[in-house]
Amino acid sequence: MRIDSKAQFDSAVRNAKKAAAGRKLDILVCCGTGCLANGSAKVAEAFAKEVEARGLAASVGLFTKKTGCHGFCERGPLVVLKPSGVLYTKVKPEHVPEILDKTVAKGEIITKLLYKNPATKKPVEQYTEIPFYKNQTRVAMRNIGQVDPTDLEDSLAHGAYAGLARALFHKTPEEVIAEVEVSGLRGRGGAGFLTARKWRAARKASGERKFVLCNGDEGDPGAFKDRSIMEGDPHAVLEGLIIGAYAVGAHEGFIYVRDEYPLAVVHLALAMEQARQRGLLGKNILGTGFDFDVKISRGGGAFVCGESSALMRSIEGKTGEPRQKYTHATDRGLFECPTVLNNVETWADVGAVLEHGGPWFAAMGTEKSKGTKAFSLVGKVKNTGLIELPMGTTLRHIIYDIGGGILDDRPFKAVQTGGPSGGCLPESHLDSPVDYEKLTEAGSMMGSGGMIVMDDRTCMVDVARYFLSFLVEESCGKCTPCREGLKQLLVIYDGLVAGRGKPGDVERIERLAAGMQLGSLCELGKSAPNPVLSTLRYFREEYQAHIEQRACPAGICRDLTAYEIIPEDCNGCHACFRACPADAITGESKKVHTIHQGKCISCGACYTACPTDAIRFFPKVALAAAASGGQGGAS
Amino acid sequence: MNSISCADGQPMEAILERHPREEASLIQVLQDVHRAYSYLPCDVLVQVAKALDVPVAKVFSVATFYKAFSLDPQGKTIIKVCTGTACHIRGSGQVIEEITRQLGIGPGETTSDMGFTLKTVNCVGACAMAPVLIVGEQVHGGVKPAKVAKALNQEGHRDAH
Repeated sequence: MRIDSKAQFDSAVRNAKKAAAGRKLDILVCCGTGCLANGSAKVAEAFAKEVEARGLAASVGLFTKKTGCHGFCERGPLVVLKPSGVLYTKVKPEHVPEILDKTVAKGEIITKLLYKNPATKKPVEQYTEIPFYKNQTRVAMRNIGQVDPTDLEDSLAHGAYAGLARALFHKTPEEVIAEVEVSGLRGRGGAGFLTARKWRAARKASGERKFVLCNGDEGDPGAFKDRSIMEGDPHAVLEGLIIGAYAVGAHEGFIYVRDEYPLAVVHLALAMEQARQRGLLGKNILGTGFDFDVKISRGGGAFVCGESSALMRSIEGKTGEPRQKYTHATDRGLFECPTVLNNVETWADVGAVLEHGGPWFAAMGTEKSKGTKAFSLVGKVKNTGLIELPMGTTLRHIIYDIGGGILDDRPFKAVQTGGPSGGCLPESHLDSPVDYEKLTEAGSMMGSGGMIVMDDRTCMVDVARYFLSFLVEESCGKCTPCREGLKQLLVIYDGLVAGRGKPGDVERIERLAAGMQLGSLCELGKSAPNPVLSTLRYFREEYQAHIEQRACPAGICRDLTAYEIIPEDCNGCHACFRACPADAITGESKKVHTIHQGKCISCGACYTACPTDAIRFFPKVALAAAASGGQGGAS
Repeated sequence: MNSISCADGQPMEAILERHPREEASLIQVLQDVHRAYSYLPCDVLVQVAKALDVPVAKVFSVATFYKAFSLDPQGKTIIKVCTGTACHIRGSGQVIEEITRQLGIGPGETTSDMGFTLKTVNCVGACAMAPVLIVGEQVHGGVKPAKVAKALNQEGHRDAH
């Protein structure tokens, strides 16, 4: 039924909450991308089937719900029981009857499915007690993992559209912008432009037709927070967009979703349909006379389309090439009309800002970076997953307290933020607070919230080369400094990792990078040298080792690295033999094994597989030296 | 307009009807065509150009700009290896090498019997499970080279070759 007044909205929320309260017990099965890949759909199906077979809905008020990403992807499939808050990890379909028999029927906890705190070795029952969750503050992700993203009623019961109601029923568009201004909200896509300023400019711009757009083209490799928000709480995105449209005076909008995110498209489309039916979207929203509707535009798989002007060209059906910004998009953007483009997370924040007020949001964070920020914490860290924290949290707190430290307790080397436009920060920056300014000062950037942790087995020259090869492919090719600069940089880096580095390479890299920063047309090109420059700034000695000693200190660059077995440490467990993809290892069980250098492809699979650290790597040049009768390291 | 039918028996007409006949529909139309044929056949591109009143050159420029489009026929099963940063540092390169060893195709190539096409993607947004391999619809996380053969077999496609 359509909601056409404040009274009707309030009663719809009351009804939704009443219905939710009828669910005495809830079993929340995470169906985020990570858990789905680990088989959570089968777990959810098993729960649904078993609950129905046992008639538990009627007898004890037990329901199951498929939710968006809980964030703790490392331990999936995840199952949370409500209201008790017990979290079970790595749940398989065969565990389902046991959970119903023991935990649901008798209140017994199944210890083997609990998360064990690696520090204390003790199992943790409540998910709120797990350091990964305990240290988070969720605003943009407030309802993810709590609600069924395909059910509007469930979202309403959890406070969805309360911010919209407050905006439409109690505030003028100017007052909405003022509220957002007080909150200090800045763009969550990475650049950090003040949201209220953007909105005000578009509101003031002349023209009847205006647009609000949602940038869901999360192209930074290593970032997936926007995906999880669109999949796990699509109504939060819609609510923000509608509020923004009201503030700006727009009646049309687009959500630009990355091609690789099909589930996000499905959930958004469903949410839009449900919102239209209830009068939350479309003509005469909530009976206030305000019209706004939104369409989904699917991206074509081009990284550059995350750039604002390229994204707009792509929605227009053209190739996604950025254009020079003599005029702002807020004056002339999509189809030459005033346009506001914000990131998914920004839009998801807007509803909460309107519901709880600007001062509430501004009370969190640092002086210039307010509120909270979502990050995907990935790479060589123990607890990989999705997190949201107040701005200003230190990298050390994020990586060690929430992330649980480095995988296999190896030494920390760097953390990469901001994707291909960002940089790699070394250990000396672990105690600096994370906000827009601090990251930029350090030579990186906020970007879209990817945080990739690297250990001592990561070669920084290889990482810089990786980003260059990514960008060479993704550069749209329109302007010369970006297109050619990246290509030439890659040529130099290909030489470095192959042992063909020359004195003067570092200086050549710096010159090219400076040229690209100055001359590129869009931010993608201007920021493309960041991974290169930040690794040079903090890890220059690794470059020198590649050039002067023809050595890769991390043992990653294959042309520079050789492996051998330390006979006295080898217990003949055969693990390296099984791991080797090149048949380069021989040896019988319980006897010392040997690596045959002629066949070895230096992939390092044996090094990772060896349980007794009996394999070591050394510079390949030593092999040649040994072959020519020298005193090489290949003893 | 003559009625070329798509792989799923759907005439081109039906795809074009779903979208307004204007330039802004170009990408959406091409996406539908790609879904129906699993690639963009040249003659269809010409047809799309006529229908939307867009120069053929422009259609080709869009079709070659976006990674989601392929002008070559694709294998029955698409293998995607994620090469996002998290997957890269957790060893996606070795996964690609292993697939190449198993099937004899590199990234962007299709086996001669049209069984498999190998693609690399810059992050599928499942970084917590790096490295990620997607065979058909099935997502595999934490993939080691030794697990590749099983992942390819699991789909049941490989037996047919």
